[in-house]
Amino acid sequence: MTPPKSAPTQPEASETDLGYQAAQAAYDAAQQDTNMVQIVAPDGSVVRPDLLPAPDIRLALYRQMRRARHFDERGWVLYRQGRLGVFPPFGGMEASQVGTAAALTKNDWLFPTYRDTGAALTLGLPIARTLAYWRTSPHGWHMPADLKVLPFYIPIATQYPQAVGAALAERRKGTRNVAMAFIGDGGSSEGDFHEALNFAGALNAPCVFILQNNGWAISVPTRTQTRATDLSRRADGYGIPGVRVDGNDALATYHVTAEAVDRARRGEGPTLIETVTYRVKPHTVADDPSRYRTEAELEGWDAKDPVLRLRTHLLQEGLMTEASEAELLAEIAAEFEAALQEADSYPDPTPAEILDHVFAEPTPQLRQQRAQILAEEQQ
Amino acid sequence: MVAAINDALDIALGADETVHIFGEDVGVMGGVFRATDGLQAKYGVERVFDTPLAEAAIVGMGIGMGLAGLKPIAEIQFAGFLYPALDQILSHVGRFRHRTRSRYHLPMVIRAPYGGGVHTPEQHADSPEAILAHTPGVKVVIPSTPADAKGLLLSAIADPDPVFFFEAIKLYRSVKEEVPVGDHRVPLGKARLVTRGDDVTVVCYGGMVEVAQKAAEAARTAGIGVEVVDLRTLVPMDTETVLASVAKTGRVVVVTEAPRTGGFHSEISATIAEEAIEYLRAPIVRVTGFDAPYPPFTAIEDVYRPNPVRVARAIKQVMAY
Repeated sequence: MTPPKSAPTQPEASETDLGYQAAQAAYDAAQQDTNMVQIVAPDGSVVRPDLLPAPDIRLALYRQMRRARHFDERGWVLYRQGRLGVFPPFGGMEASQVGTAAALTKNDWLFPTYRDTGAALTLGLPIARTLAYWRTSPHGWHMPADLKVLPFYIPIATQYPQAVGAALAERRKGTRNVAMAFIGDGGSSEGDFHEALNFAGALNAPCVFILQNNGWAISVPTRTQTRATDLSRRADGYGIPGVRVDGNDALATYHVTAEAVDRARRGEGPTLIETVTYRVKPHTVADDPSRYRTEAELEGWDAKDPVLRLRTHLLQEGLMTEASEAELLAEIAAEFEAALQEADSYPDPTPAEILDHVFAEPTPQLRQQRAQILAEEQQ
Repeated sequence: MVAAINDALDIALGADETVHIFGEDVGVMGGVFRATDGLQAKYGVERVFDTPLAEAAIVGMGIGMGLAGLKPIAEIQFAGFLYPALDQILSHVGRFRHRTRSRYHLPMVIRAPYGGGVHTPEQHADSPEAILAHTPGVKVVIPSTPADAKGLLLSAIADPDPVFFFEAIKLYRSVKEEVPVGDHRVPLGKARLVTRGDDVTVVCYGGMVEVAQKAAEAARTAGIGVEVVDLRTLVPMDTETVLASVAKTGRVVVVTEAPRTGGFHSEISATIAEEAIEYLRAPIVRVTGFDAPYPPFTAIEDVYRPNPVRVARAIKQVMAY
């Protein structure tokens, strides 16, 4: 074909992505969406005083947000020091993870993705175990007996149908416990996401599905991922409620999730919650986002920092002073350093441990392979 | 055999409140092969239930149920329909005990009819057992008789780890025998000597056992003693019984109806080559399907699926070496 005479608009539409620009325009419009649930605006002002959680909840959320952020920030340093393996940072998404997980109790199930360290810490996963996990130590695979947090899911979206099963099992056992599963905007393209929403609706499973729309699936922006612009509306197709919430407003994520958890406990079935947030950090500490996004894109989001937003709110409301915050931060730092020491004390695994925990009773083949490893160790 | 499977499921449901059966058409209809016939009426729609049509979610949901303390028995309507669920299976089913250091385990059974010989449409006759046997952390069971089907299924249900239970469609209604009543168990990991003989060992399982038996009978009339070994379980494999037979006969034919390359027959052959080569008097011969999709062409299906003639030819081949 002949080249266009006028200068192409940006980004250039190619023959193969017809409709791309229309989709992008629709996406941009959705970013102006005022239909999202928001309680505190980015400047700390209260926009929905009727929905404000109780003061002690607001303070508890702030503490958990700070714990999560401290982990994320120290994690970067530890990675650079070679004291942590490759891990996916979540800084900037604390409200999306903490506000949602905080709506659960220890009797409920949490199915996190690899990026949901903040959610797992909030429900009670010990910091030392979490550090061990991201150190690739089997000690990070020892889950506390009083907690139903599943290991961080590496495959995308597979945890969604599993959460449906756990939720159904709780209902069969006659409890009021619920299952909460996380996913990203990229994961919502997977078949398992759709199958799970359909199953949960059809079987009335007490499930809460969190869809963290953080704008990116590694290098692919949401607008390239899907033409859909309001991912919460995907719930409509399955006959279940969908809620869109400002994912950087911890009070809002807590409020809508607590409502969904209550609904599930009452036997009224599943909810899909889209938390609109942003992945400020790279995909993993080993990722270079400069290949696919501009620095300029980050500017608006820094101003929406979920931790600073809640901080401003608490100071404005007089629920926290700079002095009480300083105490809190010192306490959190001390807790982390103690956990780091504990993680440092975990011994390295021995070679034969590779074969542990495959079956309740090792098969003859596993016994033979263990003997082989032990024999090779002797040499 | 399908009645024996139904009997086993009935016993399991009756004995343990946590047992739940689910899948496509397993409820009202009782399964396309009637393996779950009458069970929903007897145990209720909460414990025997139809799901939406989605294999990944059937397996995934079963995983969640198992983690949360139930005993899930999922039916995949045909083993050739397992493929949409392979992410759940390969990424998760076999890994929970390992990745949680036994904090969680998955006492799940996944039943799937498999194999050819009954002129099914495309994709209904696949034998994907090698994919599962290659997946760490899962057990693979394939019975060849009604009594074994009942006994192995009850053992699979009692097993604390995930078990894939493949049922040869050909055997559902073609083989009949008296089945022990009550809680009859056949342990996993123990092979069965179907016939005894001193000249050739034929290793097989599931739908191929009766094919091997017919070939063994033909060989006997020709004066060749054939020992047919029915593996019953691929994982764990009863290497001991296989090797003991090979040590006696020195000649081996392995029979499966799966495609040739990378099949479980190759694992059996390699194990014998590694552990018992000094006993071998002839190269091991494999009788298998071909490296082509299973053909839904009634007139020539038997070209693909091993029949007694092909097995008998292989027996002659190892004898003539």
